[in-house]
Amino acid sequence: MTHAAGLPRGTRMVMSVVVAVVVALGACGACGDRRETTVRLWAMGREGEVVAQLVPEFERSHPGVHVEVQQLPWTSAHEKLLTAYVGDATPDIAQLGNTWLPELAALDALAPLDTAVAASTIVRSADYFPGIWDTNQVEGVLYGVPWYVDTRLLFYRRDILAAAGFTRPPGSWAEWLTQMRAIKAQVGRERFALLLPLDEFEQLLSLALQGDDPLLRDHGQFGNFRTAGFRRALTFYLQCFIEQLAPVTTQIQVANVWDELGRGYFTFFLHGPWSIGELKRRLPAALQASWATAPLPGPNGPGAALAGGSSLVVFRRSAHPREAWQLIEYLSAPEIQRQFYDLTGNLPPRRTSWDDARFRSEAHVQAFRDQLERVRRTPPVAEWERIATEMRVISERAARRVSPTTTPAELAAIVDAAATELDAHTDQLLEKRRWMLGRTARSAP
Amino acid sequence: MTSRAAWTFVSPALIAIAIFFVVPVIAALGLSFTDFDIYGVADRHNVRFIGFDNYRRLFATPLFWSALRNTVFFVAVGAPLSIAASLGAAVLLDARVVRARGVFRTALFAPVVTTVVAVAVIWRYIFHARYGFLNYVLGWIGLHPIDWLGDPHWSMPAMIVFAVWKNFGYNMIIFVAGLQSIPADLYEAARIDGAGRLAQFRFITVPALAPTMLLVTILTMVGYFQLFAEPYVMTRGGPAQSTTSVLYFMFEEGFKWWNLGYASAIAFVLFAIMLGGTLLQLALARRWSRA
Repeated sequence: MTHAAGLPRGTRMVMSVVVAVVVALGACGACGDRRETTVRLWAMGREGEVVAQLVPEFERSHPGVHVEVQQLPWTSAHEKLLTAYVGDATPDIAQLGNTWLPELAALDALAPLDTAVAASTIVRSADYFPGIWDTNQVEGVLYGVPWYVDTRLLFYRRDILAAAGFTRPPGSWAEWLTQMRAIKAQVGRERFALLLPLDEFEQLLSLALQGDDPLLRDHGQFGNFRTAGFRRALTFYLQCFIEQLAPVTTQIQVANVWDELGRGYFTFFLHGPWSIGELKRRLPAALQASWATAPLPGPNGPGAALAGGSSLVVFRRSAHPREAWQLIEYLSAPEIQRQFYDLTGNLPPRRTSWDDARFRSEAHVQAFRDQLERVRRTPPVAEWERIATEMRVISERAARRVSPTTTPAELAAIVDAAATELDAHTDQLLEKRRWMLGRTARSAP
Repeated sequence: MTSRAAWTFVSPALIAIAIFFVVPVIAALGLSFTDFDIYGVADRHNVRFIGFDNYRRLFATPLFWSALRNTVFFVAVGAPLSIAASLGAAVLLDARVVRARGVFRTALFAPVVTTVVAVAVIWRYIFHARYGFLNYVLGWIGLHPIDWLGDPHWSMPAMIVFAVWKNFGYNMIIFVAGLQSIPADLYEAARIDGAGRLAQFRFITVPALAPTMLLVTILTMVGYFQLFAEPYVMTRGGPAQSTTSVLYFMFEEGFKWWNLGYASAIAFVLFAIMLGGTLLQLALARRWSRA
């Protein structure tokens, strides 16, 4: 029984709007006269969804700061970042794949973070895995803080390996080859020991990074692929095709690597931490004890692997760099990183975060913990992804040229030609970089 | 007076075309003489005017020539196949004996209105080397499985099969319209003179369809030269770059690697090739209609 019940509909609506406005004003009056700062954060894919769940706690501990999370799809993220840069619409802070960092640093779009880190009690560089920390430095300046890490190591079928007579995963390339040959002899023509998809560069790149020489030389101005290290990696890679240990196929053709591992189409493949969740979800319970992870073997003993993952960066044009940095510090705290792992399965980049029961009890991630001490960055030049793609194209062509009848001398010639061609293409791709470096050198006295 | 009124009426359209078409095209032509790239995005002092260097470099790039070869192969095999399929389907639909014509017409036209990305994903399964339907069918007739999208020799034929299936319905409708405009008494007269079905097709249908055919060949050729979505979704230009078309090559240079100057040069070369192809077709058509 209210007065309003007797009023015409229109009047009732007006009244309720008035009430709502008054309530809203009252609420604002209660929260005091502090101005609210809005920090805009861009994050990609699943991370974008999940970070929104972590932000409220930050807003509670930092009154007056509001975080606006924008989720970008991975496929168009790179393009959106570049167009935002051109259109002067960059956010305050963003998640950035760490291989994109040199490019945005070359655009001078990112704020240096060295002083902020030096003053921080939360972000301590020594606590981070060194290979991952490195990916955030360009020309000695720090532009990002690692958010989560990603690397590729061995996933394998323990039961097939055991049937071939081995109880432990390989510790070196030589041991790996021995195991793969034994597996191939067991599984026959239609199945394989290893998957090296020809449309991905990560496999060969992981092997190439294990060499002692950098992949670019003279301050990233020239290709450096004719070194012994790269030749050895390419020889090993092609040897897998010559002996038909790996099928001549692409990722697109395989379509679903996890199911194929379950079917035993191959025994080893190189993948990242996200495959742990996929394999747990997709493989039947009977196979769950049959797969495992292992650090990547190197030429002579445990080898290096790719330092991948995402970093958090602050844009140079940010109007709130202080609040943006506070958000980075908050997201870098070990406890938050563990929560982030629970939500996404993304592995934390610092050792303290790993020091927890949830990681110790999870056998599959232990190989990653071990591997993370030995990850290496790719050369920090904006052109790197293009160069890696060129490497993929040239190695694919070589992989399609070799056959079981290829002799060691022929293989050496193929490797030689590929390395020479790759250096030539790389030098061409770096021409602009050389010109720009030369100009800077000329203008500086 | 009347001409001023005419200009007034067409000017909104002309202004729109000038702003959104002519200006960008001229800008792109200008861009093709520079090395505009990601560094140029940062600061325009990083852009160098390099004359015809992009074009020279393009003609010296083996991938450009193999992309051109792939594209020409796709056009030379795919376009005639597509037109033949359209014409065949149209003639069948036009036959008097066919019932439920509307149903067939809709069914055959359906692939045209589907999204290329969605059906390409389905065709990827059909083409799958080990689980694909196509190899299953080949197995029935005792043929060995073919690695359609994984073997550089078969990837382009697979692409053509898919593109023909996807596109023939469009030209089919144009042909159906053309067939319906042929007067029935021509066929009647030919029958009285004792012409068989084949002779009727050869001496009445084909000449009467000539203008339609010219339109269809030009449209198809121009369309097939712009091969892009199929390799983009199905193979990413692989395996071994065997399905990289000129347009795909341009896309990668321009929007993956941000070499916009170089990509503009590719666009103009592709334009010149297509213009040449169209002029050639028009000249041939003129000669045939005179003969």
